[in-house]
Amino acid sequence: MVGAVSDIYKALADPTRRVILDELVERDGQTLFELCTRLTMKHDVASSRQAISQHLDVLEAAGLVTRRREGRYTFHHLDTSPLREVATRWPTTP
Amino acid sequence: MPRITITSVFVDDQTTALAFYTDVLGFVPKDDVPMGEHRWLTVVSPDQPDGPELLLEPSEHPAVGPYRAALVADGIPCTSFGVDDVVAEHARLTAAGVVFTQPPTTMGPVTTAVLDDTCGNLVQIASFAA
Repeated sequence: MVGAVSDIYKALADPTRRVILDELVERDGQTLFELCTRLTMKHDVASSRQAISQHLDVLEAAGLVTRRREGRYTFHHLDTSPLREVATRWPTTP
Repeated sequence: MPRITITSVFVDDQTTALAFYTDVLGFVPKDDVPMGEHRWLTVVSPDQPDGPELLLEPSEHPAVGPYRAALVADGIPCTSFGVDDVVAEHARLTAAGVVFTQPPTTMGPVTTAVLDDTCGNLVQIASFAA
């Protein structure tokens, strides 16, 4: 998926989006509320909830985050599989 | 100087709500007064019988549904209660069948968790590090 891979560079270019991924590594499957609270309390991110939601849209478009609807709640999950393309294209030397 | 004597949550069914807020969460009934087709129904903390009351307010107004659906979808609690130990409360309530949308999470001086009150709301519990 060339299209998806081209998007991950843009998605990863923003420090707030990288922090969102860090927090999902710490605990996968968070509500928007939990993510916003973590960003505010742990990282002094001053962005609005709407701004964080837009960051999540970019991450979702890049395939790095999936939204899962469970009943009345929505949880956000990390998907690092698009990053494999990076390692395949530029293999790290052992 | 006004004092906070009462606060409220919208509940889908007052009888179900009274059972959850007393039997499960551990509050005790305070006022229960018939008011038309509903009741003036409040609970208090067992260690603060004269403290702030929580009004279990009927959710019948048409604005309540979309308001709560939007909050719940984003995981946003409608209110927050203080507990001594969020981790212990989470264990106790989970054993009682309560669903949490956020397990105990420590952020700086505060530990929080978010539960579903089965009455249409998410509720946060919080404790502060000693």
